[in-house]
Amino acid sequence: MSKEQQKFLKETKRKKYLILFLQFFLLFFFLCLWQISSSLGWINSFIFSSPGKVIQTMITLFKEGSLLHHIGITLFETLLSFFLSSLLGILIATILWWWDICAKVLDPYFTVLNSLPKVALGPMILIWFGANMKSIIFMAMLISLIISILNIYQGFKKVDSEKIKLMKTFYAKKWQIWRYLILPSNASTIIATSKLNISMCFIGVIMGEFLVSKEGIGYLIMYGSQVFNLNLVISGIVLLSFLATALYASILLLEKLSIRRRD
Amino acid sequence: MSKILEIKNLKKNYHTIQKETCAVKDFSMELEEGEFVAIVGPSGCGKSTILSILSGLEEKSSGTISYGDKKIGYMLQTDALFEWLTILENCLLGLRIKKELTEEKKDYVISLLKKYGLGDFLDSYPNHLSGGMRQRVALIRTLATKPDILLADEPFSALDYQSRLTISEDVFRILKEEKKSLILVTHDIAEAVSMGNRVIVLTKRPAMIKKEYEIVLEHPSTPIENRKDKAFSYYYEEIWKEIDHE
Repeated sequence: MSKEQQKFLKETKRKKYLILFLQFFLLFFFLCLWQISSSLGWINSFIFSSPGKVIQTMITLFKEGSLLHHIGITLFETLLSFFLSSLLGILIATILWWWDICAKVLDPYFTVLNSLPKVALGPMILIWFGANMKSIIFMAMLISLIISILNIYQGFKKVDSEKIKLMKTFYAKKWQIWRYLILPSNASTIIATSKLNISMCFIGVIMGEFLVSKEGIGYLIMYGSQVFNLNLVISGIVLLSFLATALYASILLLEKLSIRRRD
Repeated sequence: MSKILEIKNLKKNYHTIQKETCAVKDFSMELEEGEFVAIVGPSGCGKSTILSILSGLEEKSSGTISYGDKKIGYMLQTDALFEWLTILENCLLGLRIKKELTEEKKDYVISLLKKYGLGDFLDSYPNHLSGGMRQRVALIRTLATKPDILLADEPFSALDYQSRLTISEDVFRILKEEKKSLILVTHDIAEAVSMGNRVIVLTKRPAMIKKEYEIVLEHPSTPIENRKDKAFSYYYEEIWKEIDHE
C-alpha cells in the first residue's frame, strides 16, 4: 500500500470517528443541559421532567414488572399488523395486477382512501370493534395497508415488458409469470415497502393505544398525561424511540441479507 | 432438404381507437430444414409482428401457418436475463415453465453452457457477465427447450458494433452446429447478407414481400468471413436499393 493510500485511509477513519464522537457528544450535551437546568430550577421539572427522573421512572416500572409487559404488547401489536398488512398488501396488489379492470375501477377509491387522515376513523373503529386489541390492529392496518398496496402494485406494473414477453414465448401461464417473474423481481420493492410499512404500523399502533387506552406504550403516555405525570410521558417517548430504531434496524438487516444472497 | 415451415397469405391488423392499421399483408414464405432466412425492411414496417405471430405472442388476422410438430424458439431483442437467478437457472427457465425439467435435460443445458464457453459461470449471476456472454446465455436459454426453428428479433441490436460482430459469429456457429433453422429479423443489411442463405426484403407498412434474394457467395463461411466475400457487396448494394428509404 502506498503512503498516499495510507494517508487517505487514515483520514477517512479519522473523519468517521469524529462524526461518531460528535453524535454521542450531542446527546450527552443535551442530557446534561436538561439535567442541570432542571436541577438548578431553570425549567420546571414537574412539566419538563429530567433524565434522572426518567431513568427512575423506568426502573420503577421495570420492578413492577409492567415495563416489559407494555413493551411486549406494543411490539406484538406492531409486528402482527405489519405481517398482516404486508401479506394483504402483496395479495391485493396481486389481485390488481391479475385483473387490470379491477385496478382501474378501484383507482379513485384508493386515491381517496390514501389521502384521508385515517385517525379520523378512530372513534368509529373503537365503536365497531370495542376497546381492545382488535381496534388497535385494525387502526394500524388501515394506516399502512393502502400505501403498501399502491407501492407494491406500482412495482408489479413496472416489470420489464421484454421479460414478460420472454415468459410468453415459453407459453407461461399467468400464475407462472407471477411466480417466476413478477414476485421475485419485486423483492427489493417489497422490502422498501416494508421499511415504510413498519413505521406506519408503529404509528397506527400508538394511535390505537391512545384511543383504546388499556395497555402498551401508547397507553403509558396517555395515562401519564391524564394524571399529569410527565416523567411517565417522557419515559414512554424514550421507549418509543428505542423501539422504533430497533424495528427499523431489523428491516435493514433483512434487506442486507436479501442483497447478499444475490451477489 | 425438407420444408419445415410454411406461411401463406399472412395478414395482421392492429386496432386502436383512432383507426385500424394493417401491419402485415399477404406475407408468404417457406423455410427449409437447416436454412437461415433473414428478413429486412424499413424500421417500423411490421417485421417483428411476423415473428410475434409465429411464436404465438400475437394472434394473426388471417392466413395459414403450418410447421407440423416442429418446435419454435424465440430470441428477443434484449437478453432479458433474470438478475436474481444464476446463469444455469436462467437457462432452465423455459423447461421449468413447460414442466419438462428432468436431470437429463439439465445435463444437456449444462453441456451446452460448457461447450460454448460459459462452464465457469454456471452459478454466477448475470451482472457478472459481459454483454456478449449474456447474449450467448440468452441463446442457450432458448436452445434448452430444443426448438427446431429459431426466431430472432434483432437479437443483437442492444449491443455495440464490436460485440455485435462477435456474437453474430457465435450464434451462427452454435446454430449451425446444433443444426437449427433460423428466421432472423433485422434492419442491418450486412448482418442479413452475412448470416442468411436467403434474404427477404419487405416494403413499408403494411409489410409485403418486395423481393427475395438467394445469397450465393463464392466461399460461404462464417458471418465475419462472409463480409469479405466478393459477392457480399453486390448483394448489399442490391438490397440497399430495394429498401424504401424515407
